[in-house]
Amino acid sequence: MNTIDLSQTSVRELNQRLHGLAPDTNERLWRILNPKGQHALVAGLNVPIEVQIDGHVGYYCAGMNKEAKVVINGHCGVGVAENIMSGEVRVKGNASQAAGASGHGGLVVIEGDASARCGISMKGVDIVVGGSVGHMSGFMAQTGHLVVCGDAGQSLGDSIYEAILYVQGKVESLGADCIEKEMTPEHIERLAGLLARAGIKADPHRFRRYGSARKLYNFHVDHADSY
Amino acid sequence: MCGIVGLFLKNPELRPQLGAHLKTMLIGMTERGPDSAGIAVYHRPVQPTQCKLTAFHRDTGYPWREVAGQLGEALGAEVDVERKGNHAVITVDAAEADARAWIARHHPEVRVMGYGQLMEVYKDMGLPAEVACKYALDGMEGSHAIGHTRMATESAVTTEHSHPFTAAPDMCLVHNGSLSNHNNLRKWLRRRGLEFETDNDSEVAARYFAYRMGEGASLAEALEAGLRDLDGFYTFTMGTRDGFAVLRDGIACKPAVLAETDDWVAMASEFRSLANLPGVEKANIWEPKPAVVYTWSLQEAA
Amino acid sequence: MSVDRRALRRSATFPEHVLAEIHRAADQGLYEIRGFGAKRRLPTFDDLVLLGASVSRYPLEGYREKCGTDVVLGTRYAKKPIELKIPITIAGMSFGALGANAKEAIGRAATAMGTSTTTGDGGMTEEERQSSKTLVYQVLPSRYGLNPDDLRRADAIEVVVGQGAKPGGGGMLLGQKITERVAKMRDLPVGIDQRSACRHPDWTGPDDLTIKIQEIREITDWEKPIYVKVGATRTRYDVALAVKAGADVVVVDGMQGGTAATQDVFIEHVGIPTLPAVRLAVEALQEMDMHRKVQLIVSGGIRSGADVAKALALGADAVAIGSATMVALGCNRPVYEEDYHAIGTEPGYCHHCHTGKCPVGITTQIPELQARLKPEQGARWLRNYLSVMVLELQTLARACGKSHVLNLEPDDLVALTVEAAAMAGVPLAGTDWIPGRRY
Repeated sequence: MNTIDLSQTSVRELNQRLHGLAPDTNERLWRILNPKGQHALVAGLNVPIEVQIDGHVGYYCAGMNKEAKVVINGHCGVGVAENIMSGEVRVKGNASQAAGASGHGGLVVIEGDASARCGISMKGVDIVVGGSVGHMSGFMAQTGHLVVCGDAGQSLGDSIYEAILYVQGKVESLGADCIEKEMTPEHIERLAGLLARAGIKADPHRFRRYGSARKLYNFHVDHADSY
Repeated sequence: MCGIVGLFLKNPELRPQLGAHLKTMLIGMTERGPDSAGIAVYHRPVQPTQCKLTAFHRDTGYPWREVAGQLGEALGAEVDVERKGNHAVITVDAAEADARAWIARHHPEVRVMGYGQLMEVYKDMGLPAEVACKYALDGMEGSHAIGHTRMATESAVTTEHSHPFTAAPDMCLVHNGSLSNHNNLRKWLRRRGLEFETDNDSEVAARYFAYRMGEGASLAEALEAGLRDLDGFYTFTMGTRDGFAVLRDGIACKPAVLAETDDWVAMASEFRSLANLPGVEKANIWEPKPAVVYTWSLQEAA
Repeated sequence: MSVDRRALRRSATFPEHVLAEIHRAADQGLYEIRGFGAKRRLPTFDDLVLLGASVSRYPLEGYREKCGTDVVLGTRYAKKPIELKIPITIAGMSFGALGANAKEAIGRAATAMGTSTTTGDGGMTEEERQSSKTLVYQVLPSRYGLNPDDLRRADAIEVVVGQGAKPGGGGMLLGQKITERVAKMRDLPVGIDQRSACRHPDWTGPDDLTIKIQEIREITDWEKPIYVKVGATRTRYDVALAVKAGADVVVVDGMQGGTAATQDVFIEHVGIPTLPAVRLAVEALQEMDMHRKVQLIVSGGIRSGADVAKALALGADAVAIGSATMVALGCNRPVYEEDYHAIGTEPGYCHHCHTGKCPVGITTQIPELQARLKPEQGARWLRNYLSVMVLELQTLARACGKSHVLNLEPDDLVALTVEAAAMAGVPLAGTDWIPGRRY
């Protein structure tokens, strides 16, 4: 286990060191102390290592993550795991805006609450939130899954494409072209799988599914006021 | 664009350290605002018949003593002056409106940055650490303070264009974001008799809120009205005699983080400004919701 | 009864194309979407002329006396700045908007000439990375296809805030161009109309852009120059803010800048021409003492070596060409005329990139049409055109006595109209009057 104290080492040094690891490195476990809200921590990882960060982090923690597993023992700032490609990023506390923004793959777990625009522009990532999400979550979500065990704020799934949203609690309002859909057995199973991967206990039968009405796929003047 | 910070002490025992904590918070926002910085500190209340003005002049050799003496004579009032960097804190046994009017008339080269009975406002060009040092922020005590670091967007980089902006006694505003209808709003307020010192959008917001409160709205009501009338992106933190308020616009793209313990409530644009506050590891940390008015007041805390 | 044609009078307020547009809007109920840049007449570089050598200034001999054209971009922070042989780069154009053959042709020509190309909305294709020696990778609001591997194999990264055709608008690609390959790259269903995001998903404003740029630097270990591209609107503020946010290079795209698909109303009515944009950008850099330290690339209606010379004289470090690149590849060439007619236009008037039925095979995904543009032929055309521009640029620079094109300066220019003089900040020819200056 390598322990790095960010009050002694700079973020840049840490990141460069992690980027320099070979895919078959035996330095697989890392612990980071004193993040104190700094930005771009462990961004751009691309080897299957495990990183644990003790404290609160700033913006873009684990941005563009590939293959690595990152655990943040605290809260995180804007854009955690933005554009994640694969691997897993877990936030024990709460997440600020744009969590998992434009993520392409992998798993993002927010055990607390996520803020506005959770899963914005998502492109294949699976995001599981133990708490609630803020407004405009799932905005322009293209593919992937967003699971919310708590409530969702206004305009959920506005302009959504093919991503699938599962929400257990209340949805304050739905965004343009986002509608409630049937929770088929197939979806119940899929959701159960996501919750299991996230390690979050919840009953999939209590969730509702939301997705695209697909009315905005090709412009028609009668839907003009959805734009 | 900018960084904003605010600190409100619930526990009076922490008051001697107010300035030291605010300084750390302010420096945490340097990258967001390298051009200039400003702070408003609420402390050293004056007597009920007195008022306190924080005045600024570009020239550090400005004859503050003389000018303050003239002010006192003109108003037939006792006057006290304390110089700090490019600013001077003038305490006078008279109504603030009269004191300000006299200064505006006889010494238009002086800019009054803040006025009231508690609030002192210091703003200057330079990095936050430099400004904090110049005004000895480190040693300031008080109940609450707000601060701002500036990256100038559409108006000039000058001291006058820096935040906080004052529009009423013991009231000031800092802003992170960019309004889009402030020019029309400025004209609307001018027609109602308000005067402006800069072309800055944040000054428009400050005077708008002061206008609403002057018309009888409570602080919360004024901020609610702002949600309707102000267009654009904003996180506002407003300092008042009793405490502070935070408001984000409905889209809420500009950041804001709040942290609270039994001893204090703090606000910043990024968490890293809060990371060194005492007890932050155990603090309740959350983000203010869009279009919701948050206020803290000393009376409530008591 | 025959019509007396002498009595027929057109309305200047409702000319033919406005009548046609209102009829079309009434029929279809949707704003007009089209390609190309602003078509209306604007003050441009044509309204400036260079002051060549005379008794007081001496020219350089062509060929024998060197006139350098090289430029280095990204010297501010990047470990590996970009060295270009010529100050003309290829602007960002997406795969999706353009077909694969076009992108390959562009890459080959740029490589041969020692300059860079730029990806567009949709991401990096293998063809472009292989064919283009120096490739700038765009990070756009949509984030289609964005990934760290491409970020790391790019030579520079361009954070796109906006483009001249639609400052404040997002990317647009209509269903007919979302083929399987395009759809896969963008993670969209085949055949739907792509909706546009106009803001980045995870930052808004220069203070947060600062942090985003840092993240990109961290991911790429501070190696690559970071460009920030803006459409020209409040250019002086935008350039200053881009510098404060940490950009190595600023790209300013004037309203003449092209697009493959945008609302006509956006193209024609938003943004300022390239001419004042260059001047404003240079002034912002000079005010911050960053001119030549943060490099400036300008684009939007650059067509010839003369345009390049004038842009450099005003203070740019390089230019980018988009529409002109496509014209070099055959855009609006008078061939396959029936195919132009089939999409409702004629050579010389065509702006129908959005249809995906480009008669000359550039802005199309249809294989039969793409086949009309052979990468080798396209590369040769583009390379020839770039060579001509460089020769023209050098000719003009030598005539002004410069041994390097970056030594051109504003004093080498005068304006032919009052508007151009005011916008470019150079005197009206024969006078020392620069309108609009506050003394």
